[in-house]
Amino acid sequence: MKPGPFDYIAPAALPEALRLLSDTERDGKVLAGGQSLIPMLNMRLARPELLVDITRIPELDRLGVDADGALRIGASVRQSTVAADPAVRAGWPLLAAAVERIGHPQIRNRGTVCGSLVHHDPAAELPAVALALDARFTVARAGGSRTVPAGDFFRGTFTTDVEPEEIVTEAVVPPLRAGTGWAFRELAQRRGDFAAVGLAVLLRADGAAVGSARLVYCGVGGTPVRVPEAEQALVGREFGAASRSDAARAVGAVLDPPGDVHASARWRREAAEVLLARALTEAWERTT
Amino acid sequence: MNVGTGPRRAQQPPLPEPTAWHEVSLTVNGEPVAAQVESRLLLSDLLRQRLGLTGTHVGCEHGVCGACTVLMDGVPVRSCLTLAVQAAGADVRTVEGLAGDGEPLGPVQRAFHEQHGMQCGFCTPGFVMTCTALTGRAERPDEETVADELSGHLCRCTGYQNIRAAVRQALDESFGPQEAE
Ligand SMILES: Cc1cc2nc3c(=O)[nH]c(=O)nc-3n(C[C@H](O)[C@H](O)[C@H](O)COP(=O)(O)OP(=O)(O)OC[C@H]3O[C@@H](n4cnc5c(N)ncnc54)[C@H](O)[C@@H]3O)c2cc1C
Ligand code: FES
Ligand code: FES
Repeated sequence: MKPGPFDYIAPAALPEALRLLSDTERDGKVLAGGQSLIPMLNMRLARPELLVDITRIPELDRLGVDADGALRIGASVRQSTVAADPAVRAGWPLLAAAVERIGHPQIRNRGTVCGSLVHHDPAAELPAVALALDARFTVARAGGSRTVPAGDFFRGTFTTDVEPEEIVTEAVVPPLRAGTGWAFRELAQRRGDFAAVGLAVLLRADGAAVGSARLVYCGVGGTPVRVPEAEQALVGREFGAASRSDAARAVGAVLDPPGDVHASARWRREAAEVLLARALTEAWERTT
Repeated sequence: MNVGTGPRRAQQPPLPEPTAWHEVSLTVNGEPVAAQVESRLLLSDLLRQRLGLTGTHVGCEHGVCGACTVLMDGVPVRSCLTLAVQAAGADVRTVEGLAGDGEPLGPVQRAFHEQHGMQCGFCTPGFVMTCTALTGRAERPDEETVADELSGHLCRCTGYQNIRAAVRQALDESFGPQEAE
């Protein structure tokens, strides 16, 4: 359980990091918090020739709210920093709640938010939350950068729209409209485990009716899964047991979760319905 | 491994492949340390094999068990998921830093001792370091926070109750007895 040999460079500036990654002579890989990559190195599931540590680049260590009111999370900002930040807790409580479900504090003290999003474990919490919150990503390469919306970013299991020579420099999360209710729920075997099934919910009220709804699951497919059929079962109707159970039925009909050592497909589908009822109630109580 | 008689020497790492080496300087338990390390050397192995600080235990090497937890710049991290080069410039504390040989136990160690918070002791250094960080906080952490922090450690022996009691005692000592809720 020791990594194979590799070279390690911790550049102090972004252009240098991008240049190193664009070098085709060596198979380079970004190292952020290392909380997914180092286990893979230890198990020799990954054998890069060069690790480019991006955590010593000052411009990637920024966390703040921009002029448009969007939250900007730099690539080297640790998960525990984001979850503890007062502006995040006040303005993006869904994000803070989901970050706190990642592993254990000792992992979050090193792991980065951007790293979790790029790594894109199908059971990870943050990709579902990024999709629910319409986040976007700034993806840089030597000589330029582009913006990728969350909807195009998550491609498949452990696969995102990021090339090996690219660095995600920041995740940008737009503000929630005032009065939006939210909930994050997950079922895992033990505290700190990856979610067998997880669910992010955003609801807006229009009087006693649901004005808009956003439901995104993690752990039920290769990417985060949004369920528009269930959202439609809620919107425009009075919030209550009837619309909740229609939404749950839609979820049961649409989801096609995998079965694995953690949970069977049937268990996941049932759990997804149970979580939905709980999360909807919680989110509705938070609408104002 | 060097086996035999004669003066104790710093171990040269037994590494066959030529690869990148780095000079790193860091602080370990308050003392400056300079070492030449291979890129792939884990912080846990720098501590245990190169510095002889075997108080930091290694159980799983993929972040799950918590035995290797040390404080890096004051916060608990997995030394098995940190490269030694990543610790360059950092202030690292291990269980050896809590009390020197022959010195009385530190408050956290004493709490684990008095509350029987260990049996085989394999998991103990990790729990003790996480607990040390908790006692160093500005405010007393609530029960929920304590449970979350301890969830990052596995213990196969104690059933955790005495560990909770030890942590409570250590927190009482740092912050004063807990008010009844
Ligand atoms: C015991 C344990 C429990 C865990 N539990 C959970 C959990 O419950 N939920 C969860 O979501 N995660 C969990 N994790 C994983 C954790 O969240 C990781 O921190 C995260 O997945 C990766 O972030 P990192 O900064 O550590 O990235 P790294 O490990 O450094 O990198 C991960 C991958 O992403 C790439 N990468 C990282 N940052 C960038 C970037 N900015 N641009 C381009 N590529 C990049 C790397 O090249 C690598 O391929 C757990 C980990 C452990 C060890
Ligand atoms: S050895 Fe590091 S967590 Fe198990
Ligand atoms: S005391 Fe034996 S593992 Fe915890």
